[in-house]
Amino acid sequence: MEVPADLEARIDEAITHYPVSRRSAVLPVLHLLQHHFRYITEESVAWTAAKLGLEPIQVLEVVTFYPGFRQTAPGKVHVRVCRTLACAMAGSYELLEKFCQASGIDREAINHHHPIGVSPDGKYSIEFVECLASCGTAPVCLVEDDLHEKVDPAAVDKVLAQYS
Amino acid sequence: MASNPVEYLPGKQPHPREHRMIFRNVDRAGWDASIDTYLNDGGYEMAKKALKMERQDIINEVKASGLRGRGGAGFPTGVKWGFIPPTNTKPVYLICNADESEPGTFKDRYILHQDPHQLIEGMIISAFAVKANLAYIYIREEFPHAATIVEKAIAEAKNKGFLGKAIFGSDFDLEIYVHRGAGAYICGEETGLIESLEGKRPYPRIKPPYFPAALGLYMSPTIVNNVESLCHVKHILQMGGAEYAKLGTPNNTGTRILCVSGDVQKPGYYEVQVGKVTMGEVINDLCGGLKPGRTLKAIIPGGSSAKVLKADETYKLKDGRELTIWDIPMDFDTMAACGSMAGSGGVMIMDDSRSMAWVINNLNKFYQHESCGQCTPCREGSPWMAKISDRIIAGNASPDDVDMLEQVANQIEGKTICAFGEAASWPTQSFVRKFRDEIKSMTKADLAGRIVNEETKLAVAGLEA
Repeated sequence: MEVPADLEARIDEAITHYPVSRRSAVLPVLHLLQHHFRYITEESVAWTAAKLGLEPIQVLEVVTFYPGFRQTAPGKVHVRVCRTLACAMAGSYELLEKFCQASGIDREAINHHHPIGVSPDGKYSIEFVECLASCGTAPVCLVEDDLHEKVDPAAVDKVLAQYS
Repeated sequence: MASNPVEYLPGKQPHPREHRMIFRNVDRAGWDASIDTYLNDGGYEMAKKALKMERQDIINEVKASGLRGRGGAGFPTGVKWGFIPPTNTKPVYLICNADESEPGTFKDRYILHQDPHQLIEGMIISAFAVKANLAYIYIREEFPHAATIVEKAIAEAKNKGFLGKAIFGSDFDLEIYVHRGAGAYICGEETGLIESLEGKRPYPRIKPPYFPAALGLYMSPTIVNNVESLCHVKHILQMGGAEYAKLGTPNNTGTRILCVSGDVQKPGYYEVQVGKVTMGEVINDLCGGLKPGRTLKAIIPGGSSAKVLKADETYKLKDGRELTIWDIPMDFDTMAACGSMAGSGGVMIMDDSRSMAWVINNLNKFYQHESCGQCTPCREGSPWMAKISDRIIAGNASPDDVDMLEQVANQIEGKTICAFGEAASWPTQSFVRKFRDEIKSMTKADLAGRIVNEETKLAVAGLEA
C-alpha cells in the first residue's frame, strides 16, 4: 500500500488535533484513508495501527463497528438511500429498488451482512442506510458527498447521470 | 449589535407564528456562512463581552435562562455545567454533539451548513464559562459538507484571533476541532460519543460513576451539549438570562426548532417559543394541515424514541385540565405529562393511510441496526422485535406474537447501561399498547402456538433427536 506524501501530511496534521491521545485519531485517519482508497483494507488497518502506536485489533474493532467504514470496495459512485421512517413513508423502499434497477444491482443481495451492492461494471454501489437527518425533505439519498432531497423514484436516472 | 433588516429567500419566509432566533439566518436572503457576513451582522460581540465577564456570572445567566438541552433529554444546561467538581484540577473539555441521528430530527444540519459562526460563538462563550481550552465538534459522517463548512469557519475565526492563543486579547486560549463520526446512532449518547472521540467503539459508559462532567473525555470533566443548545447560550448572554426566560413558558423557556415530517402539507423546520403553540397549531397552521381527505392517526412527538400519541386520546393532567392531542402545547413538561416526550423536537405525523404494524416494524429495524451490542437485553431484544414485527407485516404471525413483541420490549426497558434500551422499547410498547387490535388484525388465529421460526424449528428438532 502506497500512502502518498500529501495524504500522509494531512493525516499527520489531523493527529495534532488530539494532543492528549494519539488513539483518538483512529477515526480521522481511517476517514482520510477511506476517502483516498475508497474502502478500508487490512493493509490500511495495519498502517493506521503502526502510525498511531496501536495494536491492529484496536483499529480493526473500530472498522468493524462503524457502518461508515466500508470493508469492501464500493462502486465509483456510491449511493446511500435513507431507509428510516419519514423516508420510508415517502417511498424510499421504492427509491432503493429503482436505483438498483437503474444501475444493474441485485437488490436481493443487499442485506445486513452485505450492506453494499455493487453494479457488475463497478460503476455504482448502493447502500440502504439509517436516518440521514433530512426527514422534512423525504425521501433523500446521499450520492457521494451530496444530499439529494425529495427524490422522485422515477427520476433516479437523472440523479445518476450527474455523476457519470 | 447591528441589526440589519432580515429578509428571506423567495418561498422560504418563516411562518408568522415562528419566533426566529437560532434560525434567524437560515434561508436568509444575502446570507452566507462566511465570517465577514457574520461580523457585518454584529457577530462575535457576545464572545468578546463574555471574555470580560466572571465565569460564574455566565453560568448564572444560563441557569437563570432556564435553558433545557435541545438534544433530547431536556436537562437544564446551566445545571449540567455546574456538575464540574469545584475542586477539579484536571483539564476540562467541551464537546458539541452534532451527531444529529434521532429519526425525525433535522435542525442542527441547517445551523452547521448556514450559520456555523453562531455555533462557534456559542462554543467560545461556553468553553470560557466552563474553563475548557480544548473543544471538539462531533459531526456525524453523513454531513460531509457540514464538516467542511465548519472547518472553514473555524479556520476563519482562528485567522481573526477569535480562536487559538489569547483570544480577543484576553488570557484565554481555545482550540476547536471537528471530529467526524462514522455512521453510528449510538454516538449521540454522550458517553458513547466520548468513547468514539477516544478512538474506540462507542460503547456507552455506566453512570455512575462516569458522569461526563466529572469523568468524561480522557477521564477529565467534560461538558457535552447539543448544537442548538450551544447556540442558545449566545442569545442568553445577549438578552440576559431573566429576559430570555420570558420567552416560552415557565420551566419551558426560550425557543426551539420543531422538525416536522410525515403526512402534512408542508413538512419542515419551525422555530417557535416553547409551549406557545399547540400540536394542532403545528399541524394546521405551521404545516398547512393534513393531506387532502386524510384524518390524523398518530404522532411521534419528539424523535423516534418518543412514545407514540394516538389521535383520539385525551390526556388528564394533574391540574385538572383535559387535553386532546390537538391541544397539547409543544413543551417539555406537558408532553411528559401526556406520557411521551418532547425529546429532540422531531415531530412525525401519520395519517389514516398508515399501517401501525408497518411503522413499528420500520422503527424496530432502525434500533436493530443501531444497538451497540454491549448489553444483552438490547443486543438480543432489538433484533428479536424486528423479527416479530417482520412476520406480523408478512401475515405470518399469530395473535400471541403481538403480545410477545410487547414482552420483549418490556425486558429491555430499564435493563441496559444507556437510554438506548428505552429508546428501542418505548416505541414498541406504545404502538402495541395503543394499536393492539389493529396490529392483531394482521395476524392469524390458527397460527397460535406454532413455532414459526425455521431456526427454532431446527433447534427444537435437534433437541428432540
